[in-house]
Amino acid sequence: MSELHLPWLEISILLPLIGALVVCLVQDRDVARRRCLWICGLTFVCAVGEWLDFGTLHVFEAHDHWDMIEAVFHKDIFVIDELSAPLLPLAALVYLLTVLATVRTKVDRFTFGWALFSEALLLATLACKEPWVIIGLLIVSALPPFFELVARGKCTRVYVFHMSTFAALLVAGQTLHDLSSTGSIISVTAAVLLALAALIRSGIAPLHCWMTDLFEKATFGTALLYVTPLAGAYAAMRLVLPIAPDWILRAVALVSLATAVYSACMALVQTEARRFFCYLFLSHSSLVLVGLELVTPIGLTGALCVWLSVGMSLAGFGLTLRAIEARTGTLTLKKFHGLYDHTPVLAAFFLLTGLASIGFPGTIGFVGAELVLEGAVEVFPAIGFVVVLASALNGIAIMHAYFRIFTGTRHVTSVSLCARPRERLAVLVLTLLILGGGFFPQPGVESRYHAAIALLEHREIKTTPPPDESAISSLVAWFTATKH
Amino acid sequence: MDVDSIFTFLGTCVVISPAALLLVFGLTSLLGFPLGERIMARCTQASIVTGLTAAVLILFMMLATGTRHVTVEFGNWFMIPEQHFHFHVKFLFDRLSVPFAILSFVLCGTIGAFTTRYLHRESGYRRFFLCYAVFVLGMILSSLAGTIETLFIGWELVGLSSALLVAYFHERPAPVRNAQRVWSVYRIADASFLIAALTLHHLTGEGDFDGLMGSGSWPEGQATISQGHALFVGLLLLVAAAGKSALVPFSGWLPRAMEGPTPSSAVFYGSLSVHLGAFLLLRVSPVLEQSTTLCVAVVLLGLVSAVVGALIERVQTDVKSALAFASLTQVGIIVMEIGCGLRYIALIHIIGHACMRTLQLLRAPTLLHDYHTLENAIGGHLTGESGSNEPKNGQRVRTWLYRFALERACLDASLDRFIVRPFVQAFRWCNQAEERWTRFLSSRGSTNSGPPPSPLVVSVTANTSTDNAVTEAFHV
Repeated sequence: MSELHLPWLEISILLPLIGALVVCLVQDRDVARRRCLWICGLTFVCAVGEWLDFGTLHVFEAHDHWDMIEAVFHKDIFVIDELSAPLLPLAALVYLLTVLATVRTKVDRFTFGWALFSEALLLATLACKEPWVIIGLLIVSALPPFFELVARGKCTRVYVFHMSTFAALLVAGQTLHDLSSTGSIISVTAAVLLALAALIRSGIAPLHCWMTDLFEKATFGTALLYVTPLAGAYAAMRLVLPIAPDWILRAVALVSLATAVYSACMALVQTEARRFFCYLFLSHSSLVLVGLELVTPIGLTGALCVWLSVGMSLAGFGLTLRAIEARTGTLTLKKFHGLYDHTPVLAAFFLLTGLASIGFPGTIGFVGAELVLEGAVEVFPAIGFVVVLASALNGIAIMHAYFRIFTGTRHVTSVSLCARPRERLAVLVLTLLILGGGFFPQPGVESRYHAAIALLEHREIKTTPPPDESAISSLVAWFTATKH
Repeated sequence: MDVDSIFTFLGTCVVISPAALLLVFGLTSLLGFPLGERIMARCTQASIVTGLTAAVLILFMMLATGTRHVTVEFGNWFMIPEQHFHFHVKFLFDRLSVPFAILSFVLCGTIGAFTTRYLHRESGYRRFFLCYAVFVLGMILSSLAGTIETLFIGWELVGLSSALLVAYFHERPAPVRNAQRVWSVYRIADASFLIAALTLHHLTGEGDFDGLMGSGSWPEGQATISQGHALFVGLLLLVAAAGKSALVPFSGWLPRAMEGPTPSSAVFYGSLSVHLGAFLLLRVSPVLEQSTTLCVAVVLLGLVSAVVGALIERVQTDVKSALAFASLTQVGIIVMEIGCGLRYIALIHIIGHACMRTLQLLRAPTLLHDYHTLENAIGGHLTGESGSNEPKNGQRVRTWLYRFALERACLDASLDRFIVRPFVQAFRWCNQAEERWTRFLSSRGSTNSGPPPSPLVVSVTANTSTDNAVTEAFHV
């Protein structure tokens, strides 16, 4: 396997892990925030370095130079490939911007130590292709939000119920898969269980209530960091896509399609900003799953593009909401707030990120939305157009939220609510990425297309059963055995 | 330099000039270096004059060389060659697009010059011109689009700028609610357009108008799709055009849109934006010709819109609403002309109507002032004699028609009652069911309580008490 020029992956995982320990020992919250910011910044630099380094190699996958884990375990645990290469810097960027945009009044609520720990787990998950390690990391990464809910004295039942089901399904599915042979009925059952687990983690209806509950009870930052990197979609890509037969993937795509529309409709009737954001996010993350499970080059390319655009635009959208909440308290959409005159920068960014998420022309979301739509119509000619409906409804919901929060009245306050320099920096970085990716989409599309083709080739190799082990022959054998 | 190179250069100038304007306004706003009013006005002037000059030169060159069809290729914006997927950016200069582009530049230039003084020292001056730049670019992209995808981009830009300008006076709730209504209708129209575009793409394998409309330049092109497909695609495009041009049943947003500042009302809803639906129908007129049923549907929609517009216009008590419905009447007639295959007449009608309506809308605010001056001078009202020519019979019909017009044909109320309210109720029920389920799991209440209002249900322009009552009723 090709090697990167430096151990980027291990450094980018170890940095936040060690940083978490360091930050936990700091009593002063301001100092903790500064250190956390430095660590997130360095991690982001490593993640970008890894991405650029990987780009120079022109291979499908590569591992670290001086790979210590390989030296110890004699196995390539952390591997970067075309799928994960841009996801690592994206995840690191989301963490960096979240910490950067955390205002001083919120430093007591937001737990920097847990944030760094979860960043390390997320980066490790994204850099990993070993199913059991991914499963372990996904299960452990569900713990930081749980501890935060406990610390805040909130009820954890909904979260625990869904996450334990998710963990149980993952373990059961992977165990069955290990015990079965390709194409057998046990293998199909394993794929179904793993798909169900991915659906729960992605918040596909009707298994999505944990997400609204988390947004209501945890801090906005923690909830945002837990859901925006789309770990559920990653689980689907790594655990389900390589082994599941087409019909399971198509079923997942259909359920996701229904969720995309349902969530868009639900976003329209929400009265609390957090729940609104949650449904908006659900609708978009479902569209990613739709594309992923279409198993066509166009659909998969579109999904991978939407993954990046949704990760970027909705993280920005969420951060804007969080910044507004930090100024006004919990936001309700029942009344107008009229904050435009106080925070024009945040208003513009809110609109820009919202429009990018629905695939407005000139933004990073446009290409992905076009490709997913094309792929959906190609596979489901009759109902693929539902993607357009979901997008239209999301557009209405976003403008509704914009008008409610930033217009409609004159907000009177004696305190300056304008965006702080750090927030401006976060806004500027994301805006440049959103518009840059929108105006010059070709490199991104090419890279995602290569990744999609490579993933489909890997899937074909893995799912083609030997002639005597096909599902039908297994079924026949099972029936014969039962008869006797 | 050969003729083709000159065409390419001029065509690029036409497209680049509004794009450059948007780039300048957008970048300076983004980087926090707001431009002064004078610089913004100069930039606008330069952009419009450059674009207009280039467009006029193209027209003269086309007339001089006898060329009826010029294309300017910008290549593929993005593509996946292995999958034959590409987003081709191409601009088309023909007998339809060139007059429409020139019209757009002339009217936008007029409005730009007017607004420089009208909004002088207003706090939203920069915001207006940023939206204005988006609008100009959207109009030019839509007018000159050589592929249906490019047309869609322009279409979206026009929609966004329209909605934001309706909410220009955003410290009051009414403009914002009206902007939300406009945006909602536009999104539905956009969805319809996108589905039609995708269907056309799948049927013909390309989004290029040259390919879609077969051989021959506008208006002689012949569509290459079957009658059934033409009917399906045409109906979707008709919905898109109805949304954009405020035809029945979407007409309710047109008077709401007048809530914005007068210049934007004039340029969007009096002249350019309101004709964009008719322009779309003209652009795809070869598809319409494929199906007689579709042509009949177009004529009927135009007829109903024209009649409804004419009736409602007669009972309006404010000048902008009256002008809005008068526009609707004319647009309805234009759509009828398109349905009847009178393409040149429709194009001339669009140009004439747009210019006249812009003038009327720009004159409207000062007209009232002039009337007052005149009345003060003569010491009495200027109202003419009424009642002497009224027919004595048919009073019941007249009363019914009056009420019908006063209620604005119940168009918005019907949409709210039969589409919005069931939708909202259904998803409120789902929301409550989810809350119950979460509560059951956690044995604790969710924080999201209370009846959620829908963004789809917005208040009416507050012209009549009846309208307000309807609005309040739907804000259950």
